[in-house]
Amino acid sequence: MASKATRAAFGEALVDLGARDPRIVTLDADLSKSTMTSAFAKKYPDRAYNLGIAESNMVGIGAGLALTGKIPFVCSFACFVVGRFETIRISIAYTNANVKIVGTHAGIAIGEDGYSQMGLEDVACLRALPNVAIVQPADELETKQAIAYAVEHEGPLYLRLTRQNVDDVCPPDYRFRLGRWLVLRPGADVTLIASGGPVKHCVDAATILAGDGISAEVINAASIKPLDDDLLLRSAGKTGHVVTVEDHSIEGGLGGAVAEVVGELLPTPVKRLGVRGFGESGDLKGLYAKHGLDPAGIASSVRKFLNR
Amino acid sequence: MIDDAQLAAIARECRVQIIRMITHAGSGHPGGSLSVIDLVTTLFFQRMRHDPQRPDWPDRDRLILSKGHAVPALYAAMARAGYFPEDRLITLRKLGSPLQGHPDRTALPGIEAATGSLGQGLSIAVGMALGLRTSGSPARVYCIMGDGEIQEGQVWEAAMAAPELGQPDHPLDNLTVILDENRIQLDDFVAKVRDIEPVAAKWKAFRWPVIEIDGHEVGQIRKALDEAEATRGVPTFIVAHTVKGKGVSFMENNVDWHGKAPKPAEAIQAIREILGVTEAAWDEYLKTDTATRALVAELHGLEKK
Repeated sequence: MASKATRAAFGEALVDLGARDPRIVTLDADLSKSTMTSAFAKKYPDRAYNLGIAESNMVGIGAGLALTGKIPFVCSFACFVVGRFETIRISIAYTNANVKIVGTHAGIAIGEDGYSQMGLEDVACLRALPNVAIVQPADELETKQAIAYAVEHEGPLYLRLTRQNVDDVCPPDYRFRLGRWLVLRPGADVTLIASGGPVKHCVDAATILAGDGISAEVINAASIKPLDDDLLLRSAGKTGHVVTVEDHSIEGGLGGAVAEVVGELLPTPVKRLGVRGFGESGDLKGLYAKHGLDPAGIASSVRKFLNR
Repeated sequence: MIDDAQLAAIARECRVQIIRMITHAGSGHPGGSLSVIDLVTTLFFQRMRHDPQRPDWPDRDRLILSKGHAVPALYAAMARAGYFPEDRLITLRKLGSPLQGHPDRTALPGIEAATGSLGQGLSIAVGMALGLRTSGSPARVYCIMGDGEIQEGQVWEAAMAAPELGQPDHPLDNLTVILDENRIQLDDFVAKVRDIEPVAAKWKAFRWPVIEIDGHEVGQIRKALDEAEATRGVPTFIVAHTVKGKGVSFMENNVDWHGKAPKPAEAIQAIREILGVTEAAWDEYLKTDTATRALVAELHGLEKK
């Protein structure tokens, strides 16, 4: 099974799309080797701007470029770019500038660098802003399609990408659509909804649970804003139990979004799995195990949730 | 192109409208609107290539009013230019009006960006200048900032980047930045809150050519804009020394009038002073100027509310 970091898939997709669409430009803040826009910059040096370590200015310049018809990808670690929330809020969201914000190094999965480099609240922040779509692809195929979609999408869009390699989870004929989720594995007893890096962990957890006689439906929720309300409610209505899994703060992210919709439209027990408190340095496996986001941890939480 | 006498008349009309709309709104920022208006009207009516009938014309010159709280000045100029009917000015800050308290690009065609969260406009202007340059557009970009505003860190990120961005093929010499240096911010005089001097030396150190002018002298404003347009290879920074509340005696250089609406009686006095009429001559004057007479009656009407 192929495995690739979604940031790497992003970097490759951008080089391809850049050949077809001259409006695409990239902006970085001294992290282009990490956000993987460096390949684009090498191929199209006239369309890649490194603003230095000045993310607010990068966000604002992105807005200005968009207002003259460019399609800027404004890139940094998720925590650093979304950390310039007030500039995103006014210069991009309220202005409705057609900027694509790219946050890489999402979650505790970055490991050893520790909390200050971990994007853990970015989805919660941007979810509150009108006009901003949020997409978190789970594998290489989905990332490349999401980037192509981002170019077509009119308006601000946030892409949340992983530093770590992730295994393929989407079938070869999969087509990304905003506001549409994908059932990776049908099930009857519980709905597992994940996004980004932990999606594969849910697939593996479902295999473990099947051994315990629990039939888990696994959904890849790449579109975090908007959610796929139809699929969410259909699955929740069928299984009666919803578990969300994300490498993000337990508060305000995918789990919060799902709980809001289910709570309003089809009250169903929801168990949120995610990161509690600040992150910390450590190896990826150890951190995922500590926060219960590895397959065994997810399976264990599901069993407890179902009293089985 | 209109001449200086016509421009002075337009600036006077706009000052009157600023007072009128803020009085109707019952809140707003008269001081900074009156300090910036001569810069805005000179740009709008003598300088910028723009078309109120085509606010999305790709090659239009753009004005980013980064000090968004002074937007009554921009609305007055936009109405005068024909972007929307002048009678809409008194909907400022009212529910449902496109004339938001601070600029909203999505609400009002002709507004180039949402501003008013201070320190953001220059980065947007830099991005626009870069986008226009690399697209081969002849359009120019103007950005007006407040002097208190440049206490914001993002301004200096943009200041550091702009002279170097796009070099060597697409330098941002299509960008002119004007500082409305009225010396007052919300809390107090800028020098007392957090001194920004030496302003010119700072921008020069960031590799900007700096021009200092009286921001109420049309001849000086025009000359500086000419010089900026003739400058090749770098954007230009103009320090416009202005008077907060310019044209209204009790508002001039007065911190209290940064963000407060005049009462109708104060507004009428302000309008009289803007029009240069003495108190003794006012009643006689109103007999001949029917438009102002109607405006005074309108403002008196607000008193009863």
